[in-house]
Amino acid sequence: MACTHALASGMGGMRTAGDLVGRMQMTRGMRLNEAKAYVAERLGCAVADLADPITMHDVRRDLGLGRIPVQELTYPTHAGAMEAKFHIAEVLDVPINSVARFQECAGLDRSRPGGTV
Amino acid sequence: MERPVRTRLGDGSLVEMTAGEIREDLLAGTEIGARRAKAPPLTGAEIDHLLDIFSTESKFSAVDMGDEVCLSFDGSGNLDSGTRVDELYSYQSHRGADMLELFSIDYSYKAIKTILSYETQAMKNAQLNLIAPTQYGAMPDLGRYSMPDGPIPNWSELMPLGRIQEARDAQVAAIEHAVRDMVFVAEGMWEAGADGMDFDTAGAAGDGDLLATLTAIETIKGRYPDIGIELGMAGECVLGMHGELTYRGTRLAGMWPKAQLEVAQQAGATMFGPAVNVNTTKSIAWNVARACTIIKPCMDIAEIPVHPNVGMGVGGVPMSPYPPADAVSRVSRALVDILKCDGL
Repeated sequence: MACTHALASGMGGMRTAGDLVGRMQMTRGMRLNEAKAYVAERLGCAVADLADPITMHDVRRDLGLGRIPVQELTYPTHAGAMEAKFHIAEVLDVPINSVARFQECAGLDRSRPGGTV
Repeated sequence: MERPVRTRLGDGSLVEMTAGEIREDLLAGTEIGARRAKAPPLTGAEIDHLLDIFSTESKFSAVDMGDEVCLSFDGSGNLDSGTRVDELYSYQSHRGADMLELFSIDYSYKAIKTILSYETQAMKNAQLNLIAPTQYGAMPDLGRYSMPDGPIPNWSELMPLGRIQEARDAQVAAIEHAVRDMVFVAEGMWEAGADGMDFDTAGAAGDGDLLATLTAIETIKGRYPDIGIELGMAGECVLGMHGELTYRGTRLAGMWPKAQLEVAQQAGATMFGPAVNVNTTKSIAWNVARACTIIKPCMDIAEIPVHPNVGMGVGGVPMSPYPPADAVSRVSRALVDILKCDGL
């Protein structure tokens, strides 16, 4: 059922910019068209490109937003997971809770490295 | 004579119907939806479009390119392979999920409170390994606070005895417990890095259940302004188990999706998920027409994204463990095309 919905009406998640538009919906309460326009502007692409995996593969590479490693394509030297979320927070200009927690726990926002409590 | 096409009933079983019969079902579905929710019926053009979708035998149907919406995937993962983070990763990488949700199989905030340290560790691990926005979800589940599962006298036992005021008092007492638990879990999840919280099947135990959820959302949003909060409903109409509860002056019992959305917005939710239950003996065309009619009034007043629930047995999706792709894809497309909703 999940796959059927994804193919019938979904944006495509990380294959495209679906996760980025979803982030603006979930954490900023933006409606779909507003979220799509915002993300397209921040990425420097057209709204029509947001659900196109071919275009978004390159956009995500250029901006370090994370891509899906597969058998034929792996990205060991590119941003993935938490690293990509640092870039997403910067590119979309939104706070990401887990990024802030990571910075705190890794001591990235302090004068000396170390954990917190 | 019209050639019949194969379509499905709300339980997923195949039936043969002519285009004329499907049109009759669409008209009947929108008429009953309009009457119950006091909403306008679908227009002739909308009925025609739904007929186009439901009167073909193609195995799959989909929205036009450019009309794609965000899929929030409440309860991502099937808990049948690997760890929960593995499942979330699978949804992110292989199922096109635009958002993810970590959850426990005991999908109730009362239960989660007792294992919160374990759940927050799972959230931290998930956040370290995922990119798509990830929320934590469970049910407000007010009924669990009543005896014998909880400390509060059971209002469902008191009401048949005519002890109405005691039943109402019990629900009010349960609300306090539920709010405390939901806020407690949200605090832990936010500190573990969650992007948001999902209060799923709100109103399942009636108006008290919804009031507890709205109160918790208001508290959580006040404390963490950047947190995402999805309010997903249990059904199309809020049951008046108490009957006199209000939120900011508005009576909750008897609310249909448009009014539910209004209170969700007032409380501070960032996403709203209306739920319309499926009639398993009617065709999916009938069910979709009814669901669209009931949900459509939301779209005119929505200030936050509206993601109609389209799991098994809601929104027109057949009530089956394995909803057939021909039916699910038509429901998915129909809701997006007719409602212009923000997601599913």
